[in-house]
Amino acid sequence: MPAVCVFFTLLQKFRMAEIFASFGLALRLILEADREFVRIVALSMGVSLSSAALSCAIGLPIGATIAVTSFPGRHAAIVVMNALLGLPSVVVGLVVYLLLSRAGPLGSWGILFTPRAIVIAQTLLVIPMVCALTRQTIEDAWREYREQLTSLNVGPVRAVATLLWDTRLSLFTVALAGLGRAFSEVGAVMIVGGNIDGVTRVMTTAIALKTAEGELPLALALGIVLLAIVLALNSGAHVLREWSVKRYG
Amino acid sequence: MASVHQRDVLPLEVRDLGVQLGERRILSGVSFRLDAGKRTVILGPNGAGKTSLLRALHGLIPSTGSITWAGGERQRGAEAMMFQHPVMLRRGALANVEYALAVNGVEGAERRHRARAALEEAGLSELALQPARSLSGGERQRLALARAWALRPRILYLDEPTASLDPGASATVEREIGRIHDAGTRIVMTTHRLGLARRVADEILFLDDGRLVEQTPADRFFEAPGSEQARHYLDGELP
Amino acid sequence: MKSTTSLVKRARAAFGAALLVAAPLALANDFITVASTTSTEQSGLFKHLLPAFTKDTGIDVHVVAVGTGQALDMGRRCDADVEFVHDKAAEEKFLGEGWGVKRNDVMYNDFVLVGPKSDPAKVKGLGIDAALKKIAEAKPAFVSRADKSGTWAAEVRAWKHAGIDIEKTKGPWYKESGSGMGPALNTASGMNAYLLADRGTWLSFKNRGELEILVEGDPELFNQYGVMLVNPAKCPHVKKELGQKFVDWVLSAKGQETIKSYQIEGKQLFFPNAKAGS
Repeated sequence: MPAVCVFFTLLQKFRMAEIFASFGLALRLILEADREFVRIVALSMGVSLSSAALSCAIGLPIGATIAVTSFPGRHAAIVVMNALLGLPSVVVGLVVYLLLSRAGPLGSWGILFTPRAIVIAQTLLVIPMVCALTRQTIEDAWREYREQLTSLNVGPVRAVATLLWDTRLSLFTVALAGLGRAFSEVGAVMIVGGNIDGVTRVMTTAIALKTAEGELPLALALGIVLLAIVLALNSGAHVLREWSVKRYG
Repeated sequence: MASVHQRDVLPLEVRDLGVQLGERRILSGVSFRLDAGKRTVILGPNGAGKTSLLRALHGLIPSTGSITWAGGERQRGAEAMMFQHPVMLRRGALANVEYALAVNGVEGAERRHRARAALEEAGLSELALQPARSLSGGERQRLALARAWALRPRILYLDEPTASLDPGASATVEREIGRIHDAGTRIVMTTHRLGLARRVADEILFLDDGRLVEQTPADRFFEAPGSEQARHYLDGELP
Repeated sequence: MKSTTSLVKRARAAFGAALLVAAPLALANDFITVASTTSTEQSGLFKHLLPAFTKDTGIDVHVVAVGTGQALDMGRRCDADVEFVHDKAAEEKFLGEGWGVKRNDVMYNDFVLVGPKSDPAKVKGLGIDAALKKIAEAKPAFVSRADKSGTWAAEVRAWKHAGIDIEKTKGPWYKESGSGMGPALNTASGMNAYLLADRGTWLSFKNRGELEILVEGDPELFNQYGVMLVNPAKCPHVKKELGQKFVDWVLSAKGQETIKSYQIEGKQLFFPNAKAGS
């Protein structure tokens, strides 16, 4: 009984009642699944999964190749790649905006303020992360595999492919990190997407808008839903990983 | 067992071979000749450079001096090596052997057939679908040997092939090496197990402190080695 | 080289899948891009107005809501078809530079000075000039949009009209937030500061804290909205027919009526005032 009293006093003291209300609101959002909400969630998932997939398709081979081969300027390439990890997302958003604007060089594509622009901006942000993490993973693996693979006459291209597949569990984690990064992006998405209702409004920009409108419980509820989705994706990934370890050692 | 023609790549002539690792000189002035048909065992105390010699011969590390195979260049795919700690890919045992074959241009049904045959000869057929990395030490060594043999190399290098094996597994590997020799592959092996060396070797290359001290037929080496260092070595070690 | 080919195949498949996912998210209907302000979006007007337009014409409206300054810049970059903003001086400059076709009054509302209930500067009930003079003296916390928006332009005009050189007078009490109406209101609410806001956003703002309206009704606080088509002569990709339909609709009796009918808590937010025959 006293514990419950303390609990409720704490609730009031730290205005935790609001936070609990948001959990309730989050649940209601999910259960009611009104059109606007579903559209926002679906769009978030669509653009983030697309960006993550594209970033991996591009970043995994690049990171692995840099890890395995030696070429003039390799050190410079690694330094630049690591530096790009700290690329501010608003800068990327601004640059992509200037590129895709009608007044810009790629204006004729006409994709500013569309989901494709968001995918491009997010992909540019996630690629350095995937590259750098892949390079590290593959470099460590290469140290272990190099002599054996050389002995078997494996050439550099095939070595890259083999290492990418053999370190797939670690790379999967890299992919998840990239996905998380994509999901959480707001600044660049706001600039190149325009946060257009029903077209380019994703969860993060919706949260920003609701916060701006002073609808804090709803913003928090959306945030909770976003976290829940990310948690669900990671749990699924974890299960997949465990199964893979059992199967392949 | 299919036969293998080692005469395309032998005799193996090594002239003034040197290996430098940073500041340290690992090998210097090593010259010898390996003729066809013999089993060569490289002996020497720890740090003598046995493994480095093997790696230099196989082309894994850079070296000075010259190496020729039957007077010519190294032929890719003519050699294979069984490492002391073999690296397996994260896939099944059979898949690992298939991988080696695929890399060396063997495709389709022939690849599958040869991989299965390799496992069968090594007595590992039941483990075909097991993840290779989950095999025991002995099984993994035998798998590495099966993988190397599947490529039908003309020269097979083995680095301490029984170092981490129990007597049972050791005996199996030893028998397998014998079969590979009989099939016509040139065996070049390092070991610190003198008993194994006695049983397997036709000739001994004795290294000490980065130099080749002597190259002697095996029975003569173990009875009466030519060099001071070899005598010390044989006295100090247990067979 | 089998596994290299399969890697390339896998990469291509992933790329294709990614585009495929993004593609249906591309748009099916006819649509126009309207550059507008945070006050029109965050007050909820567009959620009320645009579905009616789409129902009548079948044209979707994509609203990019940024400050007036940025909205007009969007027009200059040809990234918008229609401008719907509230800074007459800036709009006429835009028009003068040849970027717009014709400027039309569409609706008005007013600005209100909000501030903490405690009203340290004692401005409640005064006219805006008097209130600003008192604030410049008392120097209580004051949040400014400072983002080239219509509201910010109005604030600057108000200071000037009250005879105050805000560039000289400003100090740590004057918080230039550089943000939209909503975030500025959040900031003001969080620090119990004064703020000039448009009534529409204020009425729909839910995080008021201690803030309330202290000054209103002064003719100075009149806030006129204008709509104009971006000039297709300068921007060949402008959807001029669809854009013009929007401008016409918003100025039409139906559009004006729809604007009038938007209410929050029984209060009308925007007052249509399109000139007849415009």
